[in-house]
Amino acid sequence: MQSSAASASASRKLDIGPAPADSPGVGAAAMDAAKSALLVIGLATPIVLIETKQSGAGVALEWRFGLVAVLAAIAALARFIHLTVVGPRVRAMPASNMAGRFSPGTVTWIKRFALVFVLLYPFIALALAGKGGAIKWIDNFGIQLLIYVMLGWGLNIVVGLAGLLDLGYVAFYAVGAYSSALLAKTVGLSFWLCLPLAGIFAALWGILLGFPVLRLRGDYLAIVTLAFGEIIRLVLINWVDFTGGYAGISGIPRPTFFGLPFTAGDDGFAAFFGVSFTPLHRLIFLFYLILALALLTNYVTIKLRRLPIGRAWEALREDEIACRSLGIDTVMTKLTAFAMGAMFGGFAGAFFAARQGFISPESFIFMESAVILAIVVLGGMGSQLGVAIAAVVMIGGTELLRELDWLKDIFGPGFDPTKYRMLLFGLAMVVMMVWKPRGLISTREPSIALHERKAISGALVKEGHG
Amino acid sequence: MDYFIQQMINGLTLGSIYGLIAIGYTMVYGIIGMINFAHGDVFMLSSFIALILLVLISSALGALGIGIALVLVLVIGMALTSLWSFVIERVAYRPLRGSFRLAPLISAIGMSIFLSNFVQVVQGPNNRSVPPLLQGYLTVQLGDGSFTIAYKQMLIFLVTAVLLAGFWFVVQKTSLGRSMRACEQDRKMASLLGIDVDRTISLTFVIGAALAAVAGVMYLVQYNVVNFADGFVPGVKAFTAAVLGGIGSLPGAVLGGILIGLIETIWSAYFSIDYKDVAAFSILAITLIFMPSGLLGRPDVEKV
Repeated sequence: MQSSAASASASRKLDIGPAPADSPGVGAAAMDAAKSALLVIGLATPIVLIETKQSGAGVALEWRFGLVAVLAAIAALARFIHLTVVGPRVRAMPASNMAGRFSPGTVTWIKRFALVFVLLYPFIALALAGKGGAIKWIDNFGIQLLIYVMLGWGLNIVVGLAGLLDLGYVAFYAVGAYSSALLAKTVGLSFWLCLPLAGIFAALWGILLGFPVLRLRGDYLAIVTLAFGEIIRLVLINWVDFTGGYAGISGIPRPTFFGLPFTAGDDGFAAFFGVSFTPLHRLIFLFYLILALALLTNYVTIKLRRLPIGRAWEALREDEIACRSLGIDTVMTKLTAFAMGAMFGGFAGAFFAARQGFISPESFIFMESAVILAIVVLGGMGSQLGVAIAAVVMIGGTELLRELDWLKDIFGPGFDPTKYRMLLFGLAMVVMMVWKPRGLISTREPSIALHERKAISGALVKEGHG
Repeated sequence: MDYFIQQMINGLTLGSIYGLIAIGYTMVYGIIGMINFAHGDVFMLSSFIALILLVLISSALGALGIGIALVLVLVIGMALTSLWSFVIERVAYRPLRGSFRLAPLISAIGMSIFLSNFVQVVQGPNNRSVPPLLQGYLTVQLGDGSFTIAYKQMLIFLVTAVLLAGFWFVVQKTSLGRSMRACEQDRKMASLLGIDVDRTISLTFVIGAALAAVAGVMYLVQYNVVNFADGFVPGVKAFTAAVLGGIGSLPGAVLGGILIGLIETIWSAYFSIDYKDVAAFSILAITLIFMPSGLLGRPDVEKV
């Protein structure tokens, strides 16, 4: 396996290797572009070419030659530009330029700048967008992005540090959300009690689901965790008495500012502090709450990496058999990784339930697990900064599509950019993997170093088999 | 008793469809050790292509030509779906060969998201349904009871059996099949002996997609309805079938598919239809935890 991988990568290098001076001529590139256009026409027949419309019991067909022609033209043009302009330039770029673009010093400054920016973000949004516009920027971009950053960091413990491939992470998010919602609604506990309890419940579920899968490795582990995630979602759908089924749970109490609700009444936050009431207060409070939770996740992860348990996680990722022969308790190590990751997922779930005020199984589909795992892998597994950047790029990027209303002026009022959100998300996952299989931040800083700390290439880090 | 036999027949129909999809998973896993996450969505795409072709061809031929229409749909559908799978492998998986293990999995998940949303964008989010294709059924008397076999179920058994026989012939008797089996055993050795490994892998994807396209047409014949989101659950169930039968084993995939189909229908008939997917997912988890090599698979030996 090892050697076949090596030979495959060697043959890859031949393809894209050092710049051959004779990059394909314009004629050859045009031929290639024509072939791409033909291929696109083949693929588009009939799935794009013929649009189906339900009419009564049957289906009516509508031909769309124009659309296929446009797609083929775009493909040909893209291929031509790639072959004549982009390709040669990429090949001419020295390899070292591609690898270590950031030095550790720069990374520290990026982190500091990002932290200050995020801390000031609500006020920057207020200053730039005004009171009306800021709601969207704080809620859709700020809070939602931070939830994904937190989930990414939580999953990073399991996947990036311990090397356990988990495709059902959303289950713990769901457990956290449902336990906090049910505790708040039926027992009447406040959000501040629900939050830690949700984390504990999710951690227990992490251990519970972790036990049976201890022996599994790699892809099999991924599939079993996927199955567990789906089972939990299906139970949430079908156990109607307890969870409300598809309808979900609504009217979940909102978090309060140390007992002060964010309402316009006399006992509300605004009245207590003598400021005029605005819904922005609650949003800004939620923003700092999720920011604090996310930073807590990050802080705990960084600290744990230096403790024996964190070092055991990373050792487990590198070589499980060596771990075992050195006397590391792999069962405990794996279970703590599952429990830790699940706990932060549970916190995020409790926050999600309190922020939305309504939860339903729709929010906890497999796609969410896939998105979170994609964020971790695209960011560069194990790199905290990379995960945060990937969350911002992938979620923020697709969220930005909602802002592209001006495209309606070009393509007509029927054009809806949000339709293409997940389409582009999937495409971006493929493109990013092909372009940078090791993720955006492809260097790692070892947790422990003998003399000086220096970043190593991500290719030297194992991805774990457990 | 006849209720049970009736459920067995329904289960076998469903199982044939799962088995056809499962072969695609098991072949790809056997040869490059990757879970082709997008395979379920390739199946969904093929079902959509079949629907469009069916409406197109049957409106051209009139009501008489339903048989010819089905044959044409099957052949053209297999060709078009194979082209898709070929391109997917070239674009999303081949550049990642020899890269680290998670990369192709993430790429495949991305491809799966792309395919289902692509179909949603080009064909709309709602169900597309056609009038029932083959109506009528055969009633079989058995003692004092009776059960029925619909003509479309007979068609599904027949087509599945013929195509599986053809597929078995390709794998066992042709030089392509020999190179596929060789690559599965040892890719490096196979390439040293002059087998074009890349081409063999491409053809594996093509054959898997062609069988998924057959499943797609049969799915349309059985249920008359297609939706862009229909790929995920049948995909996971077919993967369960491949795992249950022993991943990498071709007869295992068919056996697993039939077992999953039977378990699902019997579970829905006698226990709870709401929890039928839970049953399938539980089987997946239980098999992997307690019997990772499946029913007919080879045990995975770990070398240090």
